[in-house]
Amino acid sequence: MPALAIRDASLSFGDRTLWSHLTLDVEPGEFIAVLGANGSGKTSLLRVILGQQRLSSGTVAITGGIGYVPQQRRIDTLTPLRARDLVGLGLTGHRWGINLPGGGRRRRVDAMLEKVGATDFADRPVGLLSGGEQQRVRIAQALIAGPDLLICDEPLLSLDQRSQHATTALVDQRRRAEGTAVLFVTHEINPVLPYVDRALYLSEGRFRTGSMEEALASRTVDGAA
Amino acid sequence: MNQIFDFTDYGELLGLVHNSIIAGLVLGVVGGVVSMFVMMRDLPFAVHGISELSFAGASGALLLGVNVVAGSLLGSLLAAVLIGALGARARDRNSIIGVLMPFGLGLGVLFLALYKGRSANKFGLLTGQIVAVDTPQLSWLLATSAVVLIGLLIIWRPLTFASADPETAAARGVPVAALSSVFMVLLGLAVAMSIQIVGALLVLSIICTPAAAAMRVTATPHLVVLLSVLFGVVSVVGGILLALGSSVPISPYVTTIAFAIYLICRLLGSRRTAGVG
Repeated sequence: MPALAIRDASLSFGDRTLWSHLTLDVEPGEFIAVLGANGSGKTSLLRVILGQQRLSSGTVAITGGIGYVPQQRRIDTLTPLRARDLVGLGLTGHRWGINLPGGGRRRRVDAMLEKVGATDFADRPVGLLSGGEQQRVRIAQALIAGPDLLICDEPLLSLDQRSQHATTALVDQRRRAEGTAVLFVTHEINPVLPYVDRALYLSEGRFRTGSMEEALASRTVDGAA
Repeated sequence: MNQIFDFTDYGELLGLVHNSIIAGLVLGVVGGVVSMFVMMRDLPFAVHGISELSFAGASGALLLGVNVVAGSLLGSLLAAVLIGALGARARDRNSIIGVLMPFGLGLGVLFLALYKGRSANKFGLLTGQIVAVDTPQLSWLLATSAVVLIGLLIIWRPLTFASADPETAAARGVPVAALSSVFMVLLGLAVAMSIQIVGALLVLSIICTPAAAAMRVTATPHLVVLLSVLFGVVSVVGGILLALGSSVPISPYVTTIAFAIYLICRLLGSRRTAGVG
């Protein structure tokens, strides 16, 4: 059973159609890159999958939980949270009430921090971490609840090259180890190239799925950035 | 100095104002907790805007001879709901507050100009007072504080998530917009209470400065809350105790203590944030 199944989906705003008749199955452990120019409807597609945007027609089915990694935006210097607290929000941040000690919460957070190589800065304020370190922590936050589908929305933006590769490798490692399906929206091709199974390319109301090479080829034909 | 300070009969005075001290204690706790979220959500300007409309409500009530606390609550909630509803984005929010604030202040000044009662009452709404808080007034304060604190405890985790990272919180199913409205209402209640003690112009010293100071020295969430509450209580109760033996209103004491704490925290924390942009 696919982790994500999109059937004949269309999304329009007024008379503007972002994409139509989109059909896509993402299997467990599959790494899909979502490519396309600004305004081609990549973010809207993610919003549909996250349940924040209704389709004009068609269906979207998800088998399990979703983890979400947003664009790297600097977290304010004075944010009163440590790296471990931000990760903990991924586990219990959506529940009412306050955190009480016990329940193995701390152990799970520690284990997750170790998996993404963030143990060294677990107790440092998130606002004082580098961009790459913050993104590691966000990935840990997205993964800690054990999602079946990981959605990454331009997670490499404004990261240096080393952090871009480290971030992508981290995502790849997870999908291989635990079979988490990955939908990875990006403008940066090089860091994801070694890992991508298939690419979904959106452009001017149309879409194409295929290998990364095919997607890149159609990108050149369309002349899109 | 003797004109300003006179600590003879201090014990007797303490007995007269023990209600005020309880009120100050509670206010310090509420202010300390609320101010952490005010800082996380970048709302200090909204606090100031709400307090001016709360002042208009209170002075309107004074003029009409009805309950001043109720008037201030009404103004506060109205402002909080307006700012919450019209200003989801920071830029919209700031312009709406910028428009509301002088209007509220103007209304308040008008009501006070029409009011023929004691002038101390007028001044108190702007710059604070420790009139012996009477028992029904204290009950109001305690009940409102309980609502604010219990409300915050219920929404604590999702509010923290939504304040730190709204996009990710929304993706996780946290009702970000609804939480924002609920928080604005709780903030409105807290502001209306603070006005009773420090006055409309100085509310920020209770609902901003304590957490701003605490966040300079630590990022550990429960420590931020504890320190912020401690700073709030020390400022308000310390201010009341000093003002008792003095002819100057309470607010300069509260604001000076709060500011001194902030300066010390900033100094202590300067090494922590060194080298970060």
